[in-house]
Amino acid sequence: MDQTLSERASTVTLRVNGTDRSLTLDHRTTLLDALRDHLDLTGTKKGCDHGQCGACTVLLDGRRVNGCLLFAVACAGRSVTTVEGLTDGEVLHPVQEAFVARDALQCGYCTPGQICSAVALLDEAARGEPSHVTPPERLPGGPVPLTPDEIRERMSGNICRCGAYPNIVAAIEEAAR
Amino acid sequence: MTRHEPATAQPRAAVRRDARQKVTGEARYAVDRTPPGCLHACPVPAAVARGRVTAVHADEILRRPGVHAVLTHENAPRLGDADDPTLALLQEDRVPHRGWFVAVVVADTPENARAAADALRIDYAPSEHDVRLSADHPRLYTPEKANGGHPAVRERGDFDTAFAASPVRLDATYTMGALHNHPMEPHAATAWWDDDGLTVYDSSQGATTVRDVLARLFRQPQQRITVVSAYVGGGFGSKGTPRPPAVLAAMAARHTGRPVRLALPRRDLPAAVGHRAPTVQRVRIGAAADGTISALAHDVVTQTSTVKEFVEQAAVPARTMYTSPHSRTTHRVVALDVPTPSWMRAPGEASGMYALEAAMDELAEAVGVDPVELRLRNEPDAEPDSGKPFSSRGLAECLRDGARRFGWAGRDPRPGVRRDGDVLSGTGVAAATYPVLVSPSRASAHAAPDGRFVVRVDATDIGTGARTVLAQIAAEALGAPLDSVRVELGSSRLPDAPVAGGSSGTASWGWAVHKACAALRATLASDPGRTLPPEGVTVEADTKEEAGRTYPYARHAFGAHFAEVRVDTATGEVRVGRLLGVYAVGRVLNARTARSQFIGGMTMGLGMALTEHSTMDPSFGDFRERDLASYHVPVCADVPDIEAHWVEEHDPHLNPMGSKGIGEIGIVGTAAAIANAVHHACGVRLRDLPLTPDRLLPLLTTRASAP
Repeated sequence: MDQTLSERASTVTLRVNGTDRSLTLDHRTTLLDALRDHLDLTGTKKGCDHGQCGACTVLLDGRRVNGCLLFAVACAGRSVTTVEGLTDGEVLHPVQEAFVARDALQCGYCTPGQICSAVALLDEAARGEPSHVTPPERLPGGPVPLTPDEIRERMSGNICRCGAYPNIVAAIEEAAR
Repeated sequence: MTRHEPATAQPRAAVRRDARQKVTGEARYAVDRTPPGCLHACPVPAAVARGRVTAVHADEILRRPGVHAVLTHENAPRLGDADDPTLALLQEDRVPHRGWFVAVVVADTPENARAAADALRIDYAPSEHDVRLSADHPRLYTPEKANGGHPAVRERGDFDTAFAASPVRLDATYTMGALHNHPMEPHAATAWWDDDGLTVYDSSQGATTVRDVLARLFRQPQQRITVVSAYVGGGFGSKGTPRPPAVLAAMAARHTGRPVRLALPRRDLPAAVGHRAPTVQRVRIGAAADGTISALAHDVVTQTSTVKEFVEQAAVPARTMYTSPHSRTTHRVVALDVPTPSWMRAPGEASGMYALEAAMDELAEAVGVDPVELRLRNEPDAEPDSGKPFSSRGLAECLRDGARRFGWAGRDPRPGVRRDGDVLSGTGVAAATYPVLVSPSRASAHAAPDGRFVVRVDATDIGTGARTVLAQIAAEALGAPLDSVRVELGSSRLPDAPVAGGSSGTASWGWAVHKACAALRATLASDPGRTLPPEGVTVEADTKEEAGRTYPYARHAFGAHFAEVRVDTATGEVRVGRLLGVYAVGRVLNARTARSQFIGGMTMGLGMALTEHSTMDPSFGDFRERDLASYHVPVCADVPDIEAHWVEEHDPHLNPMGSKGIGEIGIVGTAAAIANAVHHACGVRLRDLPLTPDRLLPLLTTRASAP
């Protein structure tokens, strides 16, 4: 390994949950595996490793991404927020609070990805970014109202096999208020 | 038995106890705690459908940087017999199906392990294979038992004569392809050996069972094996018994002398962890002109593997559901060169009730009776198969309550008449049932001098809310505040407990917890003035006797499902607009987590009806749909605002909590309710699940062009 490390690895700095972290990473290491295996941030989950399930959703410079589809070394200098970075000390993020209050989870494995996705969704809607179901007459304009259909459409990149969707929609509606 | 009186002060919808750990990412699953020095294993699935491994070119791989070992049938540890041939891994050169693991590559990093596994050359001597299920397969046979220990064949009266003599006869065959559990957490394990023996963090539905099986495989006393399943990312049956990761990780750890982590790639799951086998189900109903059933036959054809016999017991619910003086229910199976099927949420009920309840809808149409009314007319006085009275049977109440809530009254039965542009809409109903199961469990209850309590039981919370509900049961039995009770579960170091499966977890674990806590309460009450010793007081309980009792009753949960769908006649797409379930499940212990389980089951039923499509490639002998981009589990946009309700049911013949299981019944009638609604919408009776646009559209076109 040592012999090839220099060919296969690079040292990069990622700003993770507000702190600069310098890591020497195999070029094949995904952002997801870097967070989990190199920073012990195991809240971010691996459900498919193919960008199909959303369990690895994190925020990259504030936008939601599938951590399994990005090579970590390609994220050098960028800012990553994981589910662990959403809490303020002991205080939960309003989306986390709403997921607890609405029982928007069962096994919990997709939950960190759902929550990161929902946090980004609130920003996207506030910025007026349309989705497939946004009525054309709303564009261009201010914030997109988060109707249940808007939330369902925008959360469909995050699979929940336990089937907590109705509660997830209710939680995000609550957090959006 | 001691009746369990709910204490007034206990919250009946207590917040899920591990919700905070799950929303913050603190909850650690099977491969979320990597020990120092841990190696990474990647299994290699067989690339032929049947044959033998003739060479594994491990030497090429072992030269690669970071690779520590390649385990094959030639060098892997020899395993003992655990009475589960799916776990006899790397023991011989035989390949029983494509996807069977033939090697494991162990390396220093996940990246190196995966690259080496991809590069590993394996030579095979392939044999001809047969992976095609058909209703006239020459090797079909009648097994002795179907899953759950049910007899494969049951007969009452004289079906053939009664059917021939019936004024109304329905004869319909329903099919469905394989279904895959696909829990969000792929099966995974972290294992290491040290002076204390073997420790495994395993993604399982029952750590006690995994420990017992590993003890037999590795020929170790049980106390030298510890299995931890503290947080489990779903299972739906596919983690009900040990699966390859725990065994392979333990083998690799033994071989290398290092901790080993192994997480299955998603694409390996369909072949490696079980699935719901495809079925061909013929249902024949002979009825009077008013819809009263005289003759009922349910004949199931399904498949298993050559590794192990598993028979989806799809004809079993017909033994319970309806008046049927003349009945025949049968299962036949063929052992093909396919992966081994296993439990998937409500095995037998989910598949069988799709066919039976779709047939009931066809009968309702044939006799011109409302489908809710038809079911009420066929309510039996006792369980048809056993003749036993029901301990409680809330189906009629569920149907009536559901019809009222759904707005069923006044429904126009004519199909194909509710049109809005290209879109036709319709509504459907189906019944659901699930048996009351219970297994022996142990538990302990501990009182500390500070007034707090600890309950210990090797239960598993796979997302059901076991942590929460067991604390409620304990608090009620102790007469103590809920927040004074801590529950420890998810480790084989705790008192032995059965699997989270068969919708029996709460009944099984809860009974033992209740017994331990009631005994502890009695102990404390016997000497109310005393000060507890510093180490506190602990009481242990075992429900071997209680759980083994036989009852002179048929004990089942029931439910009714109502669905409203829209069918786009231009695209063939079906969308579910409303889904409503009403359940009769004894006493509901936690309204919040119960509702979540019901809507979750209904969501999986929606997938079964419309989106979850798996096919077998006949030339490669492989499931074609092996990832979540091709095997479509429902996503948020597919799922409407589902309603789940329950009726009050007081059944004194269950357990001290008065509860029936709730984890599986939600899926049971959902697919039929949706399929029946599709027929009501567009008049097309498609008897093959899932109802995908490519199947539906040609039938819609035919209908539209008919004169």
